[in-house]
Amino acid sequence: MSVGPAAAPTGLVELTIDGQTVQVPEGSALLQACRARGVATPTVCYAENLTPVNVCRVCVVEVEGSRALVPACSRPVERGMVVHTDSERVRHSRRMVLELLASATDLSLAPEVEEHLRRYGGRPERFGPAAPPTPGADHRHTQAGHHRPTDGSTAATVTQPTLIDNELYVRDYSRCVLCYKCVEACGVDAQNTFAIAVAGRGFEARISTEFGLPLPDSACVYCGNCIGVCPTGALMFRSEHEMRRNGTWDETRQQRTDTICPYCGVGCTLTLHVQDGRIVKVSSPPEHDVAGGHLCIKGRFGWEFVQVLEDPAPASDR
Amino acid sequence: MDIHLSATEASPIERAAVDAALGPRDTRPPPRDRLLPALWAVQSRVGHIGEGALSYICERLDVPPAEAYSVASFYALFSLDPSAGQPLVAHVCDDIACRAAGAEQICARLETALGPPGTPTSDGRATWRRASCLGQCDRAPAALVMAAGSQPIERALAPVDPPALQTALRDGALSPATDAETATLPRIGGASLRLLRRVGRIDPTSLDDYRAHGGYEALRRAVRLGPDGVIREVVDAKLVGRGGAAFPTGRKWEAVAHAAARPHYLVCNADESEPGMFKDRVLMEHDPFAIIEAMTIAGYATGCEQGYVYVRGEYPLAFSRLRNAVAQAQAKGLLGDDVLGRGFRFDIEPRRGAGAYVCGEETALFSSIEGYRGEPRNRPPFPTQSGLFGRPTAVNNVETLVNVLEILREGGPAFAAIGTRDSTGTKLFCVSGRVDRPGVYEVPFGTTLRALLDLAGGLPAGRTLRAVLLGGAAGSVIPPEQVDMPLTFEAARARGVALGSGAVIVFDDTVDLRRILLRVAAFFRDESCGQCVPCRIGTVRQEELLERLVSGRPHSSVRDELALLADIGRAMRDASICGLGQTASTAVESAVRELKLFADGGDT
Ligand SMILES: Cc1cc2nc3c(=O)[nH]c(=O)nc-3n(C[C@H](O)[C@H](O)[C@H](O)COP(=O)(O)O)c2cc1C
Ligand code: SF4
Ligand code: SF4
Ligand code: SF4
Ligand code: FES
Ligand code: FES
Repeated sequence: MSVGPAAAPTGLVELTIDGQTVQVPEGSALLQACRARGVATPTVCYAENLTPVNVCRVCVVEVEGSRALVPACSRPVERGMVVHTDSERVRHSRRMVLELLASATDLSLAPEVEEHLRRYGGRPERFGPAAPPTPGADHRHTQAGHHRPTDGSTAATVTQPTLIDNELYVRDYSRCVLCYKCVEACGVDAQNTFAIAVAGRGFEARISTEFGLPLPDSACVYCGNCIGVCPTGALMFRSEHEMRRNGTWDETRQQRTDTICPYCGVGCTLTLHVQDGRIVKVSSPPEHDVAGGHLCIKGRFGWEFVQVLEDPAPASDR
Repeated sequence: MDIHLSATEASPIERAAVDAALGPRDTRPPPRDRLLPALWAVQSRVGHIGEGALSYICERLDVPPAEAYSVASFYALFSLDPSAGQPLVAHVCDDIACRAAGAEQICARLETALGPPGTPTSDGRATWRRASCLGQCDRAPAALVMAAGSQPIERALAPVDPPALQTALRDGALSPATDAETATLPRIGGASLRLLRRVGRIDPTSLDDYRAHGGYEALRRAVRLGPDGVIREVVDAKLVGRGGAAFPTGRKWEAVAHAAARPHYLVCNADESEPGMFKDRVLMEHDPFAIIEAMTIAGYATGCEQGYVYVRGEYPLAFSRLRNAVAQAQAKGLLGDDVLGRGFRFDIEPRRGAGAYVCGEETALFSSIEGYRGEPRNRPPFPTQSGLFGRPTAVNNVETLVNVLEILREGGPAFAAIGTRDSTGTKLFCVSGRVDRPGVYEVPFGTTLRALLDLAGGLPAGRTLRAVLLGGAAGSVIPPEQVDMPLTFEAARARGVALGSGAVIVFDDTVDLRRILLRVAAFFRDESCGQCVPCRIGTVRQEELLERLVSGRPHSSVRDELALLADIGRAMRDASICGLGQTASTAVESAVRELKLFADGGDT
């Protein structure tokens, strides 16, 4: 830390967004300025409670004087910036990014992303039919710098077998958009466990434990924070996964109740998702100031034990 | 950190290799940036990085295994699969220049004899793989053989002698003949050599010989001028970076010199992985002390006490020559706490990449040195404010730095008098492909492309020029009617192309350009770091689409496919994080535009 005069008071920065001036605190990202102006900006990899990684590029905007488009979620505002959020150039890139994602990833449990896709008129089918899953392909990374030859007739996807290797949650990386959120939640942004990271490179990059080990052999402590931040349903409570598989998952029949986690003195807020009188999932509101959306195994999964004790027939059909 | 280690134990051999790289145990673990050297130690000792070895590295460095794995799996030269990690691997180049020199026939031959790439030989001791450009295009077709062991052998075979390579693979061993070192020197053209003045004329392993040829005079002059004086000369010389982005070097140095945060770092970018590039290799292999001296001057001018030179993993000879040069300079007080006895401190650590083109991108390079995945960072902040280890950093290409020696020798204004007003000095061009004498050529800026091709002996007799790929895979296709363009930054810019770092790959009428474009597309797909969506998926769609065009099986019409290709290219250019994605469509789009390759559903 530098010693010296106290940090300068945070001033306001004025900039122009779509022809309108807006003032936001110094140090804000363009996304905050857009929101202050009421400009709806799509995001996929951004989350309030995580450090921006600016990888999905769906939030890009045009800043005058900048050669390439810039990500609104992470670019700090500067005095006098002139920003366009709905130019043809911006719309083109947003649409392409969403189309590319949709052409490679199962987004059927990512309604927000699908909504963005509709808004920008994306037609992922332009790239041709999705390639059938490659026989023998699994979740492990392939040798960097090499890929299977393609004849171009179908569009490669990230489809791979669902990983069910523990009692608490499943990993279906066919739905993974590689937003890095789970990695951040498992690492410095919340859990400090570093059980998972991005392995491999390029299109073959995957979220993985070391050597693709099953979770029980990894450092995972089942805090479930990765599930909490995953925007696509790639990470899912086992209860939800099995109810969906059995066709019994029904959000219209679910109620959400906020409560304070009883397990320790920290006082994290839990949101209980209850269907037909049973807790089927637990989340935590990201804006909550104690936990910031992150929990531990007891808060996230403790209800399983509560229910198992109360009910001799467990929710899953294992 | 409380890290969770694997139950698998490292073998004594693996432990010894890691310990040799990391030094004896201390109370505190070595810093994270030792990760890549530790991974290399295991890879070159046993030929792969297994669970036990990785776990031991993690224990010693206090790095979580998932992270170490994520780093190791980023690099093409590391093998994490014990069943695929044969001690001897032949990386056979099938990239642009080698393709034009018959690489496919070599691969076909190996495939017949040994099976598809990755198949172990019958004794399980060797295998072969295809590789992207190995930086040996002047001696195409090329291969790089890496044999793990207590005395690892890493050697470029260029040109490849297929029977010899097959024998090596069969025996799981290489004969000690060092052909790459004694192979023909680069062909050097142009009347008065400057950057190449010592290449082939001195003993590159001898500091004394370097000094006998004027070595270290520039550093003495620099110390007389003082740091500001050095920067003034570089500004006056109007030197711009030779690494591709053509950024004014003097301005970069000023920014670092004046940055308040300390320490400052200097990085020499010797990653040279652009297909078609090999000039930095020639400088490192044949004049390594020049790079050490130039880095010392740059460090002095910008207030850095520590420099790194990051050499691509496929350049073992260049790396060992640089290491030797650093050691000799240290021994003679030309690096260290009191350089030249003039009271300034500067030292250099050579670092080795491990097979990732993107690590030549400056911010990816920082991450790689720091022991993280080579993923580029968003800007701002710029490296001059926050670069290596988050500190102000001056990063320069090898050739850029060697130019500084010339600037100090003759003064900035005299340097600026060479070339054109906006492109000063000389430039090294790497001419490869279908010319008589491929090699590195040094010419003043403003020389025409035609004159350069003539220096290289022109095309083989009876052949006609089809196109030139200027700037490598990230560059543009120049049609024959434009070969009179002067080679300057401004002339290139006016044509909407870029000189890039100076690759000139020549195609005659025997080359199927559509296959070349497919290879370029495959290259970008393989080399994308995978971070951002436009590049991670866009490069895949680009390759698929080109496959359809080349095989004549478009989804709809050729016209619709070309429109989709343009859509993909535009998004990669506009929305990608780094220059890799931003230029991944340049060559393809320029070929479509200039040569109308797919105009009638086909060509050639
Ligand atoms: C994908 C990619 C690869 C690059 N590879 C290299 C390289 O191998 N060597 C290099 O000097 N610059 C490379 N660059 C450019 C560097 O980012 C940087 O601009 C350069 O090292 C600065 O040095 P200079 O100013 O002396 O040119 C690359 C850039 C990109 C986007
Ligand atoms: S459950 Fe917690 S510890 Fe396990 S991978 Fe997810 S974030 Fe990491
Ligand atoms: S698993 Fe979910 S959170 Fe993790 S990278 Fe994939 S989409 Fe993002
Ligand atoms: S453009 Fe490509 S290489 Fe660059 S950051 Fe994005 S994915 Fe990585
Ligand atoms: S939300 Fe900004 S890049 Fe993903
Ligand atoms: S070495 Fe093969 S193309 Fe460069």
